[in-house]
Amino acid sequence: MIDRIPSGTRDVLPDEMRELRTMTDRVRAVFESAGYGEVSTPALEYEGTFGRTDMAGSRPAYRVFDEQGNVLVLRPDMTIPIARLVATRYASAEPPLRFCYFAHAYRGVRPQRGQSREFLQAGVELVGASGADGTAEVLGVLCAALDAAGLETYRIGLGDASLYPSLLEALGVRAERRELILAELADGDFVGVEREVRELGLAPEDAGLLLRVPRTRGGAEVLAGLEGALHDALAGMRDVHALLTPEVAGRIIFDLGLVRSIGYYTGAVFQVYDPAYGVPLGSGGRYDELLGTFGRPLPAVGFALNVERLHIALTGEEKSPPSRARGTGR
Amino acid sequence: VSELRIAVPRGALFADTLDLLDRLGIDTREVRENDRKLLFEACGIVTMRPSDVPTYVEAGAADLGITGKDVLMEQSEREVYELLDLGYGRCRMVLAGVAGEDRGAEALRRLGVVRIATKYPRIAARHFLETGRQAEIVEVKGSVELAPLTGLVEAIVDLTATGTTLRENGLVVREEIAVCTARLIANPVAHKLRASTIDGLLERVSAA
Repeated sequence: MIDRIPSGTRDVLPDEMRELRTMTDRVRAVFESAGYGEVSTPALEYEGTFGRTDMAGSRPAYRVFDEQGNVLVLRPDMTIPIARLVATRYASAEPPLRFCYFAHAYRGVRPQRGQSREFLQAGVELVGASGADGTAEVLGVLCAALDAAGLETYRIGLGDASLYPSLLEALGVRAERRELILAELADGDFVGVEREVRELGLAPEDAGLLLRVPRTRGGAEVLAGLEGALHDALAGMRDVHALLTPEVAGRIIFDLGLVRSIGYYTGAVFQVYDPAYGVPLGSGGRYDELLGTFGRPLPAVGFALNVERLHIALTGEEKSPPSRARGTGR
Repeated sequence: VSELRIAVPRGALFADTLDLLDRLGIDTREVRENDRKLLFEACGIVTMRPSDVPTYVEAGAADLGITGKDVLMEQSEREVYELLDLGYGRCRMVLAGVAGEDRGAEALRRLGVVRIATKYPRIAARHFLETGRQAEIVEVKGSVELAPLTGLVEAIVDLTATGTTLRENGLVVREEIAVCTARLIANPVAHKLRASTIDGLLERVSAA
């Protein structure tokens, strides 16, 4: 009889552990030098802590009872524990507040390579810095961390969680129809988006806009030369772009179709890609409403990198050196 | 070496898919001439079973893929983008039973549960859940038509193009669950990183 470990978990042995540790040490040095102090919070939290907001996409998957019958959950991410920490431990501290973490989170995902049910996240949260300044700072830290980890060909997809919903609203699409279209988009089903948009019976140019926007991604040129509702909706992304250093701006793919299935994002959202690996390495965004639900209304922005996926991408880049990798497009 | 790697399904969608790729300017002669070879580096094509296409595309082992909507419905948890309805390979996903008295309905009325044989257990389970009926799903790998004829089940959920196989086995369609056509799917990361190449291909598909 062989003792197994739960599906979606795994043991890490010394060779791999050394490589992971080298990577996280470098990333930690970047976070610390940018002023983000490391925190640790319990892996177990009360269930109610995670029930404040729409958590679609990262609901707690593991629950246990404590000796008094309270329901505890294993944290599905670190953003909510840090929101709780800010509201309780820093209730009167002067913002902005900067924290980083290296912690395991737990989700009931379908296990496969880079998709574990217990996974190590490296991330930062910047609390109390609103708008484009905060977003640009965090994108700078993100790129510095990826550089330090040793990745060379990574790109950052930058979108705005409010862009498509506000566009739908501006075109007079009813709330329940909006939900259907956004669900298809979050699912990556462009055929479904097209079917739903056609059923709205909008003027051809409005329908065309709704079909074109989610597919629009590329360099800074996608932010220019637009008019009307879309031009206004992109103001936030233009502001962020104006504040980025050239090195960071060169990594950005502006992606008008980027939506995140986690409900607490309110503005800028981003995802990390690498041509050496077919799944995103990490993600983040603004969550300006979340801290208010914990009693400390402050805007905030952050990201989390999946350390295991960083490692996979790093080994992938070694196998196909960037100079020989297939074209990364723009 | 081609810029994009495309997963092409062998089987019912194979010929139409190669014709489409020809119209896009991808040279498929080598693929047509080689029945057993799987990887064609020169034109960027890999061939496989239709149900494997989402697996390769999700992992990024292929950037794009073509497969049936039936496969995507059955594997709805796959993280792939569904970019285009290609229109060909039109089939219906149906609930079918032995002609004559509806044994499925009788089983539901008198025994509370209908037994369903299928190669699409998740589509079948979802259909019965959504229509408020209890079903026991029996997954089979081979000819599904055999199952109701032998009394293993009362009905089947299966894909039918012309209905010939159903008819020849004395089965009739009771309900239509979905219409399925070929779809173009993409790896989400490739869709971002190779945007201009993929969009160029999409424009050629729409024009073809």
